[in-house]
Amino acid sequence: MSAKKAFNTKAKLISNQHISGNNWHALLRVPAIAAKAVPGQFIQVRFSEGIEPLLRRPFSIHGARGADISIMYEVVGTGTRIFSEKKAGETLEVVGPLGNGFDISLSRCKGVEVSILVAGGMGVAPLVFLAQKLSTISSKLETVVLVGGRTREQVLCLNEFRKTGCAVKVSTDDGSSGTRGRVTNLLENALRKIDDPECTMVYACGPKSMLKGVDTVVKKFGIPAQLSLESHMACGIGACLGCVVDTTEGYKRVCKEGPVFNAQELTWGERTE
Amino acid sequence: MTVNLAVSIGKLKLKNPVMVGSGTFGYAEEFGDFVDLKNLGAIVTKTITIKPRSGNPSPRTCETPAGMLNSIGLENPGIDKFISEKLTELLKIGPPIIVSISSIGDPKEFITLAARLDKIKAVAAIELNLSCPNIKEHSRLISQNPKFTHAVVKMTRKVTKKTLIAKLSPNVTDIVEIAKAAEDGGADAVSLINTLGGMSIDVKSRTPKIAMITGGLSGPAIRPVAVCMVWETYRKIKIPIIGMGGIMDTQNALEFFMAGATAVSIGTGNFINPGLTMEIIRGLESYLSKNKLSGINQLTGSVKT
Ligand SMILES: Cc1cc2nc3c(=O)[nH]c(=O)nc-3n(C[C@H](O)[C@H](O)[C@H](O)COP(=O)(O)OP(=O)(O)OC[C@H]3O[C@@H](n4cnc5c(N)ncnc54)[C@H](O)[C@@H]3O)c2cc1C
Ligand SMILES: Cc1cc2nc3c(=O)[nH]c(=O)nc-3n(C[C@H](O)[C@H](O)[C@H](O)COP(=O)(O)O)c2cc1C
Ligand code: FES
Repeated sequence: MSAKKAFNTKAKLISNQHISGNNWHALLRVPAIAAKAVPGQFIQVRFSEGIEPLLRRPFSIHGARGADISIMYEVVGTGTRIFSEKKAGETLEVVGPLGNGFDISLSRCKGVEVSILVAGGMGVAPLVFLAQKLSTISSKLETVVLVGGRTREQVLCLNEFRKTGCAVKVSTDDGSSGTRGRVTNLLENALRKIDDPECTMVYACGPKSMLKGVDTVVKKFGIPAQLSLESHMACGIGACLGCVVDTTEGYKRVCKEGPVFNAQELTWGERTE
Repeated sequence: MTVNLAVSIGKLKLKNPVMVGSGTFGYAEEFGDFVDLKNLGAIVTKTITIKPRSGNPSPRTCETPAGMLNSIGLENPGIDKFISEKLTELLKIGPPIIVSISSIGDPKEFITLAARLDKIKAVAAIELNLSCPNIKEHSRLISQNPKFTHAVVKMTRKVTKKTLIAKLSPNVTDIVEIAKAAEDGGADAVSLINTLGGMSIDVKSRTPKIAMITGGLSGPAIRPVAVCMVWETYRKIKIPIIGMGGIMDTQNALEFFMAGATAVSIGTGNFINPGLTMEIIRGLESYLSKNKLSGINQLTGSVKT
């Protein structure tokens, strides 16, 4: 844990572009973080020198290349609205990289490793970075990405995923793109074809309802999954105990022990948000 | 010109007056990447109770105008695990360690906790959290009643010679009366202020924004309340005041000194700028030298009225 280092630093906004709907993509020049970031980690961004909004906002690292990291975000409130109004050349204060990323070592697998990435809406953000990482590892021979959204507009990053060489399947609630229905149905179909659970890992990020659905499906097939959770954060660095999620070992901090958790340890109990 | 940032709180000598608010700095290790921890004036721990507490359900925090609500519920490992796992690491850092303690049921738990800590020589001071609003077992806080405040400080005083700090709640009719009760009970200092009771509702879903419905308000929103309470108390008690509430920069910290604080604690500000404590130490230094003041002591209560 202590080997990991986080930085409290300034980032220069290289670009900040509207993609679709309320979705945006930002490129930040922040060499220290870019050098250390691993898929699943996040940064805490401060949008104002003043007090509105007061707290930093957490965003998954969507990619890291050279001195830059990219972020994908949806405008949902004050902070993200201010983010979308920032222009290239402006600076932002960022803290990161934070949290534990995805664990991509399948130690018990002797054969071909199958990675199944399940993304809902903005949940694509960290999974593109993960897909890129997986594509560089020779033993990860097969990666399947399942992307879901309410409508066509919410299905994001298909090209980014395809560029990494993985198979991509899409579902939308209204059928406007891909299969009509839930992304968890796609997952169920994919898992039916798996013959070696020890060589399979599901990675998921998206709304809580989707993650709960993923959890139900993987348990049915006895396949492990790593889920990236969200929580309301104040500090983002493990100090305030504000972001906890209920696990089989009691409350854990999403910002520190997470945001990626093994599905088996989550209780989804009534003590959870 | 060399300036002197050193201050005394009871028997405690601090090399500078910048400390951290209980519950806002974890067990310090969380800030190791952002702060030169050895330069802090003192480190106050998260409040410790006798038994471990898992704390309240999520969501535990939400943002409010210029502030935030929290209802953590004193999540802590309990005194045994604190001593065996956290304290040793804390003591290695260097600055005085002030252990914050609280009772959950019986106020006599303060005696048990203080007696345990009294035996550990390296513990610099004990802060009595008489003011945590986030425990469902409490309908009223000890520091909402001058008699209880007096009694708890007095009985704790009997079991320890260490510097005792009483941390008080702003949710009272007359803060001066409570601070005096703490002073009379034998407190060496008071910490002002803990969070103000607060509530925020998501009108779309008609639900409270935090699971415990109400919580404690902190951050810049409460600063004028805190400065006011420091000022009112300063004129009526002799023991030093540790001021806190919404300090976000050096200017804010200066307000507290001018109102009567001997030292300050940084709380919510650590979340927004994890390096804030160091910036404020440097800021105070340069303020003193610019204004040709030799010591921070000269600022305490120096507001011109
Ligand atoms: C580890 C982590 C990684 C994240 N990664 C991304 C990402 O890559 N892209 C992205 O668009 N968003 C991401 N989020 C969510 C993002 O942090 C919130 O959308 C953002 O904080 C909202 O800020 P705001 O000021 O615009 O909205 P606010 O005005 O604060 O709130 C608007 C609405 O969003 C909800 N909200 C606020 N904060 C959160 C939160 N932390 N989680 C869930 N809902 C929240 C509020 O309850 C409210 O309904 C991530 C969250 C976490 C915890
Ligand atoms: C998340 C959080 C947790 C806190 N936990 C404690 C605690 O355990 N014990 C305590 O005495 N005060 C606790 N406090 C109160 C702070 O120490 C401080 O008194 C208060 O927040 C006001 O200062 P600020 O506005 O600078 O944060 C907590 C505050 C916050 C925001
Ligand atoms: S956000 Fe503060 S501990 Fe996680």
